[in-house]
Amino acid sequence: MIGKCSSCFMKVNGVPNAKTCREPVREGLVVERQRGWVPPAAGVEELGSVEFREVETDLLVVGGGPAGLSAALKASECGLDVVVVDEHFKIGGQLLKQTHKFFGSVELFGGMRGFQIAEEYARRIGSSERIRVIPRSAVYGVFRGGLVGVVGENSHYVIKPRAVVGSTGASERYLDFVNNDLPGVIGAGGVQTIMNEYGVKPGDSALVVGSGNVGLIVAYQLLQAGVAVRAVVEILPEIGGWFVHAAKVRRYGVPILTQHTIKAVYGNGKVEEAEVVAVDENFNPIPGSEKKFRVDLVLLAVGLEPDTRLFSQCGAVMKWSPDLGGLVPLRTPDLETSVRNLYVAGDASGIEEATTAIMEGWVAALSAVSKLADKSRASRAEEELEKINKFLWEEYRASPVLARARRGKQSVTVSREEMEKIRAEHPPHVSFG
Amino acid sequence: MPNSSFRKTGVVSPEELAALNLLPPEDRLKKGPVVVLECPEMIPCNICVPYCPTKAIKMEKLIDIPAVEWDKCIGCGICVAVCPGLAAFVVDTSKSDFDYVTVPHEFIPIPRVGDEVVLLNKLGEGVGRGVVVRVWERNRTYVITVRVPKGLGMEVRAVWVER
Ligand SMILES: Cc1cc2nc3c(=O)[nH]c(=O)nc-3n(C[C@H](O)[C@H](O)[C@H](O)COP(=O)(O)OP(=O)(O)OC[C@H]3O[C@@H](n4cnc5c(N)ncnc54)[C@H](O)[C@@H]3O)c2cc1C
Ligand code: SF4
Ligand code: SF4
Repeated sequence: MIGKCSSCFMKVNGVPNAKTCREPVREGLVVERQRGWVPPAAGVEELGSVEFREVETDLLVVGGGPAGLSAALKASECGLDVVVVDEHFKIGGQLLKQTHKFFGSVELFGGMRGFQIAEEYARRIGSSERIRVIPRSAVYGVFRGGLVGVVGENSHYVIKPRAVVGSTGASERYLDFVNNDLPGVIGAGGVQTIMNEYGVKPGDSALVVGSGNVGLIVAYQLLQAGVAVRAVVEILPEIGGWFVHAAKVRRYGVPILTQHTIKAVYGNGKVEEAEVVAVDENFNPIPGSEKKFRVDLVLLAVGLEPDTRLFSQCGAVMKWSPDLGGLVPLRTPDLETSVRNLYVAGDASGIEEATTAIMEGWVAALSAVSKLADKSRASRAEEELEKINKFLWEEYRASPVLARARRGKQSVTVSREEMEKIRAEHPPHVSFG
Repeated sequence: MPNSSFRKTGVVSPEELAALNLLPPEDRLKKGPVVVLECPEMIPCNICVPYCPTKAIKMEKLIDIPAVEWDKCIGCGICVAVCPGLAAFVVDTSKSDFDYVTVPHEFIPIPRVGDEVVLLNKLGEGVGRGVVVRVWERNRTYVITVRVPKGLGMEVRAVWVER
């Protein structure tokens, strides 16, 4: 329920497999339960009239989270026309469900709450004449000739951009354990959506699995919503997230059990009990160390995986990076992939955090500007890009708490010259420009 | 600090804070309210720096651990309100009868002046009861000053309103 899983599939107005976490409530809406995946009806169904349009633009931004929105704004400020496509009915990506204050500096929105940053972006984008937002629509594919297909509820667009920023974010990982399909086992992003975006208390007592920043923050937000958090379990010997986030839940009495994992959940039709177990140095469960907690909610915060299907489909050369959460496109220091004029930014470029996503959005936009805009704008863009990259790599990512992401991102960044060689060896089957 | 115990426990000890110059010196504590920043990691954040009205907190780089000039701090609590890590506190151990602690609070109900509240330490253990003496708010973070039994100034890091 980060908008990218099937946990909330229901039949909406007769159409199966609709993600209800992204359906705005409206007059006459009919929502029905479905059991598991329902294959779409065979044959052609009459769906009513579909609006078809062809759109040309300088820059297409796929995904309106912090990375995409900062890219769109920066590019528009430099004179480019921009189209932003997002699947959700509101722009902001993960920021929409973040009620806590963000770090960074004042210039990087530090001190503001996540949803407030999203509101600020929406305001700036709304007042820009160069940016057009297409909400509730998904980029479903890229065709030869650099045409991008976008489908909405009653619309179908084909966009021809001169450059593309892919800022599609990430999806949540799941975990294997006994009865993990019982209702009440839910992703951290899902709970944030239900609780923080829609104001619904998700349960009475919870166990959080995973002590990265996401797990710790969700634990704190559950406490705020009046949910008793029995424990946070972490399989590693140390807490994954930042100390300050851990301290925030510890001082309200939540234990963080390192070297522990979840073994099973039990219950009649829903979670009633969760069983955790200690693990040794090799992550093997230690028999006899099991503990049970009476909970009706088990939150999984066990990591994110970059959503890079768009890049794979375009034929961008990809690399597997455990430090970044999975398969990501190779890129130059200015975030161009092996597909010319296709840039990557944010979690799609490797899991990091929102502030770096914003900075990567700027870098991607400025690279596009340096190629597409007139000479004076282009050279100014290059200067600014240089500055941001220097700050990002030499100051921001010098933080030891970002060491892993930094290492990962270094391992997938290649020089422009090297990228030319890669392009010659693996020519992509689509191109933009 | 890779092998610090706070990375395992989520609880930072006074010794660990002192080693990072984050604990006010004894003579400063005797003079009145002063900040304690429980911010022991080099995280990319400097929000407390520009907001401090007396420029008592210094950082050269965004990822530095904050450095406090103890004599400049007036114990106003603005950093308590703005710190995204909820890691800033103000303690006053200078009085002979009570200690005073100022903590951030983001839970309902919001305590009111005069309320008696439960005092929690870094582990969330109830260590006594205190009386709220001041409450103010900034962007939905409430800043609560509470009068606590003498000797608990360095212990209390949260308050809880019994429902
Ligand atoms: C639960 C949780 C808590 C977090 N807390 C923090 C925090 O406190 N501080 C912090 O710095 N970071 C935090 N993060 C991380 C931060 O939210 C992400 O790093 C950041 O949002 C990444 O930005 P993004 O723009 O790359 O992706 P996202 O914010 O995920 O945005 C991607 C957008 O792309 C859209 N999209 C994807 N595919 C398509 C498509 N094919 N067509 C159209 N639209 C598409 C999605 O709908 C989405 O809106 C948290 C993440 C999670 C999941
Ligand atoms: S308490 Fe006030 S003066 Fe002291 S460091 Fe914080 S903001 Fe500055
Ligand atoms: S604002 Fe808080 S988290 Fe940020 S540097 Fe200052 S004390 Fe640390």
